[in-house]
Amino acid sequence: MKTNVLMLLMILVIPSAWASSAEDNYKTYCWQCHGMQGDGMGLNVRDMSVQPRDHTSKKSMAGRTDEDLFNVIKHGGLAIDKSVLMPPWADTFTDDEIHELVSYLLRLCQCR
Amino acid sequence: MRALILLAFLLFSGVSLAADGEAILQERCASCHTLSGSAAQTVKELWERKAPDLFYAGSKYQGEWLERWLQTPTRIRPAGFHYFQNIKPGPKRDVVDKSKLQTHVVLTASEANKVRQVLMTMKEAQGLIIEGDFKGGSISMSFGEMVFDKFNGCMGCHQIEPGFGGDSGPEMYTAATRLKPDYMVSFIRNPQAWNPKTAMPNKHTAEPNIQKLVQYMIALSKESWDEN
Repeated sequence: MKTNVLMLLMILVIPSAWASSAEDNYKTYCWQCHGMQGDGMGLNVRDMSVQPRDHTSKKSMAGRTDEDLFNVIKHGGLAIDKSVLMPPWADTFTDDEIHELVSYLLRLCQCR
Repeated sequence: MRALILLAFLLFSGVSLAADGEAILQERCASCHTLSGSAAQTVKELWERKAPDLFYAGSKYQGEWLERWLQTPTRIRPAGFHYFQNIKPGPKRDVVDKSKLQTHVVLTASEANKVRQVLMTMKEAQGLIIEGDFKGGSISMSFGEMVFDKFNGCMGCHQIEPGFGGDSGPEMYTAATRLKPDYMVSFIRNPQAWNPKTAMPNKHTAEPNIQKLVQYMIALSKESWDEN
């Protein structure tokens, strides 16, 4: 019984304790290319052959479904026939964190 | 008898060297570097780290480079350890806020040697390093750059020559001077096994391409760069 309770606690509590907010994840991993303001003008863009997407532009983000956004964060640009410069973050974020990042992007572009 | 005295002297010197190196590490390095324990498990924990973890320094760094660099430290990450803490919006793109960049302490030759001796004994214990994992071989600079940039997009974050490439990650043109080849193979294969919150994504690069990337690092390190 004790073991079951412990297991349940581990499943419920640990992932939420380790998970980071979308804002914190965006700052840590996405700013470098997509920019502090999310406008695609990040620190790394100078020598890039393909410019990062402007997350603040409704127009630029309009063609992306939620599923596209989830897939491109999780599996990288190539997963939606876009640039290899967008890396896959599957080993960095949990699926829940990626879903939260998708919601964060939709707020940034005021798409919803 | 003389041999015994000499042996005792050498043993004592070794112990003393290690003790000195340990003392320097604690006094000069521990306020920024994590010397024991584990890598950051959360983003917030990562933000609190001020410099690279050193508890596996002996598995990661080339001893000769370490000793030299500690005497004449140069910037390896153009935007500092955590790029996102050292940038500001610029006219065309975000730029490094140089006023926020920290400089590294400088050690004397003797201190650097003692610290090196201790750091080289600090090895990771998870079995992540496989001796001989890097299989050797060479690659042309042009093909290497293709694998690095076109196939894997690594140049997005890393510079392959001074001022060319991304600014958020460590420069790659000195990587093989700084890092052991087997470490590079292991880290590229699974960065999160070393540091769960590292900014380095796991691209699940195919094994032959991991070898090619390390060959390219080595080729880059043989070029003549001012920094080293």
